[in-house]
Amino acid sequence: MTWILLSLVVVATALSDLLQSYEMKKTGDQVATASGMAKIPAMIFHKRYLILSILCLAVSFFAFMALVQRTTLSFAVPASAASFVVETILARFVLGEYVGPRRAAGVLLVLGGVVLLAR
Amino acid sequence: MPELEVTDPSRSLPAAGRAARTYLLLAAFVLLRAFGNLCLAWGTKHFPETLGGNPWAYLRVLLNPFVTLGIVMMIVAIVVRLALLAVADLSYVLPMTAIGYVLAALFGSVFLHEVVSAQHWTGTVLIFAGVALVSSTSQNTTQNTTQLHGNSAGKERKSR
Repeated sequence: MTWILLSLVVVATALSDLLQSYEMKKTGDQVATASGMAKIPAMIFHKRYLILSILCLAVSFFAFMALVQRTTLSFAVPASAASFVVETILARFVLGEYVGPRRAAGVLLVLGGVVLLAR
Repeated sequence: MPELEVTDPSRSLPAAGRAARTYLLLAAFVLLRAFGNLCLAWGTKHFPETLGGNPWAYLRVLLNPFVTLGIVMMIVAIVVRLALLAVADLSYVLPMTAIGYVLAALFGSVFLHEVVSAQHWTGTVLIFAGVALVSSTSQNTTQNTTQLHGNSAGKERKSR
């Protein structure tokens, strides 16, 4: 059950993040201001991809809650970081982000650290 | 700290303001998520029923004050992160917010008395080294600010 919950968390998180990143980049950086952020909650209900991403987030959230109850917080949180690899690859190929050697090396270091934390 | 108002909402942010804002949003998100997770863990661990298949157990656990507080913090964190994703790449935001994993291990040991192994320091150092590397890369590679507004906002990504 622990591993089923963990896979659910990873897949739902990756999907949710891709949808969010795609939609928010399209919206533009004006929303990163105090007045812009106030508009985000209403925006969520108007943008199709954001609605979908919130559904994915809800799945990952409830699965995470069940996961954290049956394992430890210091396992559950780092273990769900398996989504890192999946998401970085998808960000490169689906979102067209530039993942250069420095960023790729940084992601791998972070991942290595997260795995050590999970033990 | 950047000034938190835009003079002309149709114009995009100046480059210097963008970077400062990105760091501010990163810090806010990491703290909100760490404290939110702590509240959720505390609340669900002190809840007598096992969560999993039963939706009623989930409804009942929502009434726990710690769980409620945790959910409120998570909702604010979601809004902050959406704003963050508008200014920075997903492959930049993800590793940068990994500092939250270090906080989770720290909170787990301090507040929940979870046993954190000795190698967690090695993990912490690796995460910070990785974050330092990623922070040296460009925050946003799919969009330049001049393309932000106007009708082709969604198309520039395809042209790369």
